[in-house]
Amino acid sequence: MNVDTDTKHTTEAPAAPAAPVAEAVRRPRRVPAWVAPAVVAVVLLSLPFSTLRIPGLFEGTLNSPSTLHVLATCLVLGGLATSYDLLYGRVGLLSFGHALYFAAGAYLAVLLMGILELPLLWSALIAVASGTLLALVLGAISLRVSGIALAMVTLAFAQAGSILVVRDPGRMTGGEEGLSLNPDLVPDAFIGVVNTVNLYWLAVGYVVVALGVVWWLSATPVGRVWQGIRANEQRVSVLGVNPYPYKLAAFTVAGALASLGGVVYLVVSGGVTPAITTAEFTLTLLVMVSLGGAGTRWGPLVGAVVYTYVDHRLLQLAASDVFDGLPAVVRAPLSQPLFILGTLFVLLVFFFPGGLAALPSRIHAALRRRAAAA
Amino acid sequence: MTAAEPLVDVADVHVWIEGSHILQGVSFTVADHGVTSLLGRNGVGKTTTVKAILGLVPRTGRIVFAGRDITADPTHAIAAMGIGYVPEDRGVFAGLTVAENLRLAERRGHTPRYDLVHDLFPELARRANQPAGTLSGGQQQMLAIGRVLLNDNRLLIVDEPTKGLAPRVVAEVADAVARIAEEVPVLLVEQNLALVRRVAGQAVVVDAGRVVHTGNVLDLLDDAERTRELLGVSKTSVPAHGQPGGAA
Amino acid sequence: MSTVVLLVVTGLGLGALYFLIASGLSLIFGLMDVLNFAHGAFLTIGAYATWWASVYLPGAGGDGVGFLVAVAFGVAAGTLAATLVELGVIRPLYGRHREQILVTVGLSLAVPALVQAIWGADPLPFPRPELVSGTVTLLGAAIPTDRFLLIAVAALVLAGLLLFGTRTRYGLIVRAGVEDRAMVTALGIDVRKSFTLVFAIGGAAAALAGALGGLYFGVITPFQGTSLLVFAFIVVVIGGTTSTVGCAVASVAVGMVQQFANYYTVAGLGDIAVVIVLAAVLLTRQGGLAKATAGRVA
Repeated sequence: MNVDTDTKHTTEAPAAPAAPVAEAVRRPRRVPAWVAPAVVAVVLLSLPFSTLRIPGLFEGTLNSPSTLHVLATCLVLGGLATSYDLLYGRVGLLSFGHALYFAAGAYLAVLLMGILELPLLWSALIAVASGTLLALVLGAISLRVSGIALAMVTLAFAQAGSILVVRDPGRMTGGEEGLSLNPDLVPDAFIGVVNTVNLYWLAVGYVVVALGVVWWLSATPVGRVWQGIRANEQRVSVLGVNPYPYKLAAFTVAGALASLGGVVYLVVSGGVTPAITTAEFTLTLLVMVSLGGAGTRWGPLVGAVVYTYVDHRLLQLAASDVFDGLPAVVRAPLSQPLFILGTLFVLLVFFFPGGLAALPSRIHAALRRRAAAA
Repeated sequence: MTAAEPLVDVADVHVWIEGSHILQGVSFTVADHGVTSLLGRNGVGKTTTVKAILGLVPRTGRIVFAGRDITADPTHAIAAMGIGYVPEDRGVFAGLTVAENLRLAERRGHTPRYDLVHDLFPELARRANQPAGTLSGGQQQMLAIGRVLLNDNRLLIVDEPTKGLAPRVVAEVADAVARIAEEVPVLLVEQNLALVRRVAGQAVVVDAGRVVHTGNVLDLLDDAERTRELLGVSKTSVPAHGQPGGAA
Repeated sequence: MSTVVLLVVTGLGLGALYFLIASGLSLIFGLMDVLNFAHGAFLTIGAYATWWASVYLPGAGGDGVGFLVAVAFGVAAGTLAATLVELGVIRPLYGRHREQILVTVGLSLAVPALVQAIWGADPLPFPRPELVSGTVTLLGAAIPTDRFLLIAVAALVLAGLLLFGTRTRYGLIVRAGVEDRAMVTALGIDVRKSFTLVFAIGGAAAALAGALGGLYFGVITPFQGTSLLVFAFIVVVIGGTTSTVGCAVASVAVGMVQQFANYYTVAGLGDIAVVIVLAAVLLTRQGGLAKATAGRVA
């Protein structure tokens, strides 16, 4: 797993200037497996104490509330993408409905707080439990089919959820406007600009849980069956193992992690909008995972962080006067992050299969080729 | 092309399907006349071998057809060179009518020989507008065979034509295969040894992804011991002379 | 009674819209195994090109012959877009279904975003020709005239597709290829030549759906295609991919269920009722698309 150790440079990229790539390549290939997580952890833990300025990347210092908030959002989506990759990259299940479980967590929690006035912790627990149950039930139905049919069915279920939210039954979900968090029911530690750092810690915690669960499960015997299903489901059946419960387990765990992510997202953003229920949102998850590298340890997290950051930055630039000097033909498309990201993604699929996680080994191979030629 | 040169020359062909090494260096030739029978127990790679010739499975090695290396050619180009294929599952299009199935098989530059097809299988003319999916197994087999007779092919590949058919129909299909073999070289995959004996010709025996025996069909089948050793004691056992039937 | 008539005709109209999208989707999927997320983008292109032509194109307009010219322009734009997508993006990735899906996902995000960048996110009012404005009274129900236009156009497209499938050689190849692509190539036919054609046909039908959807909803928005696409997917799952008639029946069924459930229960529940029907179909039947596609894309 050389890819793991090398990828951390990309992980750090948004936060700290990456070490020169050549140095990474010259280093001895075998680095203990704990090094990468340790380095990432140190970087993540030290960020809130850093007054470093990275002009061009972030507006304030690294520990300024605005930067920490952006990072927290990136990390939440990183955890969510990691949970999605459990299905897509680890088991090979093409689900187009992952947004449903994320949205279920966020909406249920905010509704429980809004209607029953339950405190955050209880709302979160009930929301995650319900989201998990929802994933179990809908997964049990959807997984009766596989391949493309599964993609369509999960998409349909998610769409039903999206419609439900937008139609605003009983004026509960807030329709297009969404809902905001009632600050009275949230612990004071998560309220106010001064406490943004705590939102960041919450997001870091979620990423650790998501990565931990996915990595741990992948290393268990269950994970090995998942690997077998991904490679060749038929052969798994021939060997006398029924793939269905294993696929359902993956679906449920991924759904549970997504619901948890939804709750964290709710707290970090201070509210929810129907944008997180849409098919487009699931599609962007797919883009994030493919961008980073499906089925790799760090790929989904890296892809999601890069994607979310670029999306955020492009929106910022579009709102600023940076593009004002450009002719309208160029300026208009540049003001749509989804256009740029969608187009980049198409190019990526063509010219960059394997995503960012494959980058170090590609560079390594290229350098070796050059060395061999010299 | 001299008479001695084989029509098809298969050399060291390997096929991997999803990690399984199905064919492990198959080599044999198909004569430019009569029947070459591909024999062997179930699951030894007979169907994969004919699919490899047609390029329906990814393969390595070298396959020469009529003096031309076709290893790198796509399936449609190989078939268009004059190979008619009757697959194991018959491959008729259930949603198309009998007439449409035949029309689809018409090849550019050939005058379709409907007279021959309808002479051999009058049933197909009577049922021209019936969806092929509603035909009986035997009728579907006739359609599949009729489809390849429509064009002037240089080789027919026929995979288990009598499999799963009623005994009465087996005789009819066997008659057709025997008659066809008088005109066009045939590569026949078959478990029904009565049919194999009847059309005679050359035998190529495959076992575990390799060719383990080649020679005259009758020499092999007359040697009961050797037949049992190579082909196993099948349910059909080794049939007596010239008795078609005995469903595989 | 009049309510039922209104609901039936409106359901048929909505079904007609679904059919125009789903027929191309199911042909593309059936023949090429490509789940075409970009299909909604073709619809968006058709809708906006029609609107653009009705406003800016000389000879085209919002009424009479001018509107027909505008629709023809929209359909041409959709067809062109679909052809370019097949040739430029799908074809180079032949045999790599995952990647093919991913690029259509990318396009499904990028194209509506581009449209939004140019014409904005707000709904644009769509032209309504004199002939299809107002209502017609049928069996006591006042029915918007455009519903009949939708049904008529979809019926024509259905007839056209059936004629194409039975009377032309390419039609035969497509129908046979949907059943068993490998066998078609084993007959000596280059199936890939028909892929571009199928994409063009699908793009044309989707663009037509875009123009007619503009009439049905009165406005067009950049992401309209994406939400309609989801229902078209449901139609394809229920109807299967092997028959155009099956697709038409499933389209009508989905449209009807949606309309009736929306009227007799809470608004919005109709859309969810469709998903429940889908779940019921999957639970009770292992046929149709579910069977045909199991394990096709790993």
